[in-house]
Amino acid sequence: MATTVDVRVLDQGSLLPERPTGIASWPRAVLTFARRKPLGALGGLLVVGMLLIAIFVDTALIGGSRPLIAPDGYNHQHIHDVNQGLSIGHPMGTDELGRDIFSRVLYGARISAVIGLSAVTIATIISLLLGTMSGYFKGWIDTTVQRFIDVILSIPGLILLIFAISVFAGRSGPYMRMLWIIVILGFLVAAAAVRVVRSAAIATANNQYVDAARTIGASDARIILRHLLPNVMPVAIVLATVNVGGIILVEAAISFLGYGIPSPFPSWGGMLNISGSSQFRVEPLQALWPGLAIALTVYGFNMFGDALRDVLDPRLRGGR
Amino acid sequence: MRQYILRRLVLAVPTLIGVSIVIFSLLHVLPGDLVQQLAGDNKVTPEFRAKTEHDLGIDGPKFPINFVGAAPFVEFHKDNQYTHWLKGVLTLDFGLSLRDRTPIAHHLRNTLPVTMEMAILALMISLLIAVPVGIISAMRQDTVIDYVARSISIGFLAVPTFWLGTMIIVYSSLWFTAATPVPQQYAQIWEDPYANLKFLIFPFGGFVPVGPSVLLGVSLSGTVMRLMRTQMLEVLRQDYVRTAWAKGLRERTVVINHCVKNALIPVVTVVGLQVPILVGGSVIVESIFNVPGMGQWFFQSIGFRDYTAVQAIAFISALAVVFSNLLVDITYAYLDPRIRYG
Repeated sequence: MATTVDVRVLDQGSLLPERPTGIASWPRAVLTFARRKPLGALGGLLVVGMLLIAIFVDTALIGGSRPLIAPDGYNHQHIHDVNQGLSIGHPMGTDELGRDIFSRVLYGARISAVIGLSAVTIATIISLLLGTMSGYFKGWIDTTVQRFIDVILSIPGLILLIFAISVFAGRSGPYMRMLWIIVILGFLVAAAAVRVVRSAAIATANNQYVDAARTIGASDARIILRHLLPNVMPVAIVLATVNVGGIILVEAAISFLGYGIPSPFPSWGGMLNISGSSQFRVEPLQALWPGLAIALTVYGFNMFGDALRDVLDPRLRGGR
Repeated sequence: MRQYILRRLVLAVPTLIGVSIVIFSLLHVLPGDLVQQLAGDNKVTPEFRAKTEHDLGIDGPKFPINFVGAAPFVEFHKDNQYTHWLKGVLTLDFGLSLRDRTPIAHHLRNTLPVTMEMAILALMISLLIAVPVGIISAMRQDTVIDYVARSISIGFLAVPTFWLGTMIIVYSSLWFTAATPVPQQYAQIWEDPYANLKFLIFPFGGFVPVGPSVLLGVSLSGTVMRLMRTQMLEVLRQDYVRTAWAKGLRERTVVINHCVKNALIPVVTVVGLQVPILVGGSVIVESIFNVPGMGQWFFQSIGFRDYTAVQAIAFISALAVVFSNLLVDITYAYLDPRIRYG
């Protein structure tokens, strides 16, 4: 009869192949992502490539300082090969001090990566902290935080950033200056990010399971940590990815203006420095490479972030 | 409507007060001694110090309320630097520039109109690019046109403005060898409208639009283009648009009369919110093209540590941001009745 159930089939458990869990499931997830979001995968590839270059450009990871991927040190001058064109030895030529531009561009990835990732870490921690609290507690905490952010966002970012760097790091050495840039950028980016995290937190806090948790006596801290944070996390991750690109762009802009990473260090923006424009008129190709590196990196982070947004956070799909 | 505008206006006041406190405080956390810094390596006599501090308005207590270690923990000062500065700001008297001891208001009169003109032109150019391209991109969704437009708009978001500017300067001086790269003489629009507009849009002669306003406009257009496209896509799927098609209206009528108007509403918001980016961009673009506007003045003032000028510029640009936000709110309420009566 048609209604008979074949017990043997049920006994075999799921007919689907067993799906790996944990780390073993990542390759499949990456493949699915690449198939569904080819542009996002390209962005991810650019990001991973940039990070790998940043890590392995020299042997700093094992405590050395010898160039590893880069053919040359970032400040090594070939005094007899100034302003060379493209060649096998110098794929992007040499600059006016005889330094290999290709090596400097590769080293620039490290500066951009360090600044981008550290600043975004600061921004994410602050925005998660303030955003969830602001969205959860509402009332005077929310009002105070939001008014303060109104104030910070009213002053155009680049103006406030350069002003603050000049005030705090005006007299610092290159490493302290970099630290200040990271901290200030982190705080400024956090101001905008708090808004986004807050609205995600409010949306989550309106769910019934949050009310339910409160009814059974969960503390505020527990609700925030166990219920709000996991739901806000995808939004924060997407935002952080896109923000890394933005931070790299801004760092390049202030280094271009001469207020960022100081000169011997190969920051992409610094290599394009405004005072060098007469040099570039003679050697236009020298201005091409660092800009290309910035554009590719930022494009990578933007595309990767966009695709992540579609995958992780369906609510934001189709937004800007 | 009037009540709505009033409410917005009142809300802007605490923001501006907060801005003034932040900007004022930034100068006063400055490590080191401002007077010594101005004097360079010269020895500072007490008389010189007193006079300079008085000239710059940095003598006496800083804030009207000071917190102190001993009871009653709070001190009140009627005569203090902050209120003094704020009073000056309200009467458009920003004090003296640290660099050359000329009134900042004088510099402001010269530079602000330049930047405003450049920024307005840039906004217009960005809309001229973004709106039509966004509309076409949405109407021909998932065609080659759409892909090209979207790739370019995302490209604009990734390519740094300052790099594009440098490339323009570098390559046009190679290609237009006859043309002077960037005129050293800047003519205000009321002095010589033709020369002024030519410089901001076609600085290298011919009809090659690579001027500072165009660069700024192009860098803004990416965001607007993407938003315009998504908004159009949303509106195109609405029931009333289907009705319009079903009535047999021409494509032009449907798109322009029924869709674009509604799709533009959120775009207005975003355009208004781009003012901070516009101000930041003007610092870069003006420095590259040597435009004597507020951005270049800011760039130079920071270089000379002319902090009174920097304060004034920061405050004026914050004022522009708050004002444009206000304008956005009002326009939004005007365009979308749901906000007004909500």
